[in-house]
Amino acid sequence: MNLHEYQGKLILRKYGVSTPEGILAFTPKEATKAAQDLGKNTGTTRWAVKAQIHAGGRGKGGGVKIAKSLDEVGQYAEQIIGMMLVTPQTSTQGKLVRKVLIEENIYYAGPEPTLEFYMSVLLNRQEGRNMIMYSPRGGMDIEAVAEETPEAIFTEMIDPKVGLTGFQARRIAFNLGLSGNSFKNMVKFVGALYQAYIGADASLFEINPVIKAADGRIFAADAKVAIDGNALYRHPDIEDMRDFEEEDPTEVEAGMHKLNYVKLDGNVGCMVNGAGLAMATMDMIKMSGGSPANFLDVGGTADARRVEQAFRIIMKDPNVKAILVNIFGGIVRCDRVAQGIVDAYNNIGTIHIPIIVRLQGTNAEEGKALIDRSGLKVHSAIRLEDAAKLVDQVLK
Amino acid sequence: MSVLVNKNSRILVQGFTGNEGTFHAQQMIDYGSPVVGGVTPGKGGMKHLGLPVFNTVSDAVKKTGADVSIIFVPPPMAADAIMEAAEAGIRVIICITEGIPIADMVITREYLKGFDCRLIGPNCPGVITPGEAKVGIMPAFIHQPGSVGIVSRSGTLTYETVDQLTKEGLGQSTAIGIGGDPVPGTTTREAIELLMNDPDTNGIVMIGEIGGSMEADAAYWIREFGTKPVVAFIAGATAPKGRTMGHAGAIVGGHADTAEAKKAILRECGISVVDSPADIGTKMKELLG
Repeated sequence: MNLHEYQGKLILRKYGVSTPEGILAFTPKEATKAAQDLGKNTGTTRWAVKAQIHAGGRGKGGGVKIAKSLDEVGQYAEQIIGMMLVTPQTSTQGKLVRKVLIEENIYYAGPEPTLEFYMSVLLNRQEGRNMIMYSPRGGMDIEAVAEETPEAIFTEMIDPKVGLTGFQARRIAFNLGLSGNSFKNMVKFVGALYQAYIGADASLFEINPVIKAADGRIFAADAKVAIDGNALYRHPDIEDMRDFEEEDPTEVEAGMHKLNYVKLDGNVGCMVNGAGLAMATMDMIKMSGGSPANFLDVGGTADARRVEQAFRIIMKDPNVKAILVNIFGGIVRCDRVAQGIVDAYNNIGTIHIPIIVRLQGTNAEEGKALIDRSGLKVHSAIRLEDAAKLVDQVLK
Repeated sequence: MSVLVNKNSRILVQGFTGNEGTFHAQQMIDYGSPVVGGVTPGKGGMKHLGLPVFNTVSDAVKKTGADVSIIFVPPPMAADAIMEAAEAGIRVIICITEGIPIADMVITREYLKGFDCRLIGPNCPGVITPGEAKVGIMPAFIHQPGSVGIVSRSGTLTYETVDQLTKEGLGQSTAIGIGGDPVPGTTTREAIELLMNDPDTNGIVMIGEIGGSMEADAAYWIREFGTKPVVAFIAGATAPKGRTMGHAGAIVGGHADTAEAKKAILRECGISVVDSPADIGTKMKELLG
C-alpha cells in the first residue's frame, strides 16, 4: 500500500526521524494559514508547497514550489490544488491534486554548505534481507545515478538477527563525507529510519533528498513510503491512511469483491484463475494481435456470482472490444465454471461484445458442451492455442 | 527416483483440522500420498481423517517419524509454523499459505539457516512426484509419471504446463511450485539444481515471471553446469512497470526484471525460451525427440 509524503513523514517522526515541520492544506486559504503558523513556530520565512499525490517526480511537473512570501504560498496553492499533475510516473493525463503539504524551508543559510543525499531502505530479494541503499548524489533520479556513476551508490545489507549495527550506521555517515555534528546526527537519523521501516512493516522507504542543512541538522525532505499489504492486519492505524481517491475506482470496487484487478489500456479484457496464468493470458492476447485491457485473477472459486462481478468490472472499461475467460479447472470443476458463465451472462442481460471462454482441466469437455448448448454468443475452446486464434478472429 | 517427495516420504499436515487442511489432506490421501498425521495446537490426541492429530510438530515427529510437512496455517501464524517444523527436524517443509508478511519471511529464512532442511514456498501449489506423492493443492489427475521436471513460480500456470506435457505423452518426474512471494524458501536455481542432479529427470521446464532475478540466476547456473534441455516461459511481458500483478513478487522494478530482459538472458544461456504459454509442451517434446 502506497502512502502520501505527509503520511510517510508522520510515521518517520513517530520513530524519531527528523523531518521539516509541515501542515496539510486542502485550500489556498488553509495553505496560507498553515504557512503563517509554521512561521510562528519555526521562524521560517520561506515555505515549500508540495502536491500530495501517489507518484514521484512531482517537482518536474510543477507540483512542488518554494514560496518567498505568504502571498506566494496562496498563489502556488491556488495553482497546484485542482491541477492535473503530470509526472514521469503518472499517465499522460496526470493525477488530480486534492491537497498540498506546506513545509518550513530547510535550505536556510548557515556556517556550512547545504547538501543533498539519497537514502532508501528496501528488501534485497536475492539475499532475502533488507538493505540500506544510499548515495552522496541526492535530489536526482537514482536510476540515472546508478547508470552514470554506479560507484556513487553504496549499500549496507542488514542481518535480520541483529538489525542495523553501529558500525554500519557510522560507515554510512563516513561515506556521505560527514564529520562533527552532522556526522552524529546522520548516525542517529539512519538508525531511526531503519527502525521506522521495520516498525511500520514497510516494503520501501525512499528519502530523496536527505538534507544536511547549513547548521548540521539532518532532515528527511521527502518520503516515498510503501507498506507491505500482507502486514496491514497488525497496523490498523496505517491501514486507515489508505487514500482510495488515489486509486482507480474500478480497482477499488474489484478489491471489495475480492477480485485482483489491475486496469491496463488495451482492448481485450480477460478473466483468469491464478496470477501467473493471468499474466500468461495477457501475453497471449498481445501475441494474437490484441492488447490486454486488464489483469484479473478471480481466484480459486469461479462461481456464478464472482464471474458476474468480474464481467461487470471488465465491461466498465469502454475500450474493451472482447473478453477472454481462461480458467484451468483443478479443484474447481469446469462444468461448474461454465454454468457460472452462462448464469452470469443471463443475469447481466445482453452482452454486446464477443466472449471467448477457454476451460481446461477437470470436466473441460462437459464445460465446453454446456457453453456450446447454451445458445449464447460465446466462443469456446479447450486448448490454449485455439483460444489465442479465437482472439485474433473476433478482433478482425 | 525423483526429488523432495516420494512414496517413502512420511508426510505431516500442519493446520490439519482447518477447512483447507482437511480438504487437501483428504485429496492427498486419496492420491495415495503417505500422510502420517497432522498438527493442530490444542487438538492433540484426536483422530482426524483416520489419522492422529498432535499438539506440536516435535510430538508428531517423535511418534510418526515424519520427515515432510505441508503447511495450511493462516498467514499471521504461518512463519511460526515453518520454524516449528524446522526445529522439530522436518527435512522438507512445504508452505501453501498465501499472504505472509515479508518481514516474517526475512526472519524465518534466517532462522532456517541453522537447520538441515528445505522450505518450498510460501504461496505455492506444493510439490508432486506423480504416482508416488502429492504434497500440495494441484489437481492430481493431469499428472503422469515420467521424466520431465518442472520448476514454477505460479500455480495454475504449472497445471497448464503439466497438462500440455501429459498430452504430448511426456510424464513428469517432480513438479516443484516454488511460489510467488518475494522471499521464497527455495529459489528457481536451487530447484533447477535438484532436478539437474536427479538421474530420472531428462528435461526441465522453468516457469518464471516478472520481478526479481531468480530466473537469470538460474540461467547463469545452467550455462555453467546444465546437462539437460531446459524449456522456459516468462510470464508478464505485457505487465506495466511498478504494478504488482497478483503475486507479491511479480512487480517490475528496474530494467533487469522485465520479461524481455529475463528472456534475453535465458536465451543467451542456451535455454529454449517460448514466447507463447501454448508452446511449452510441444517445445519440450521437440527437444526430447
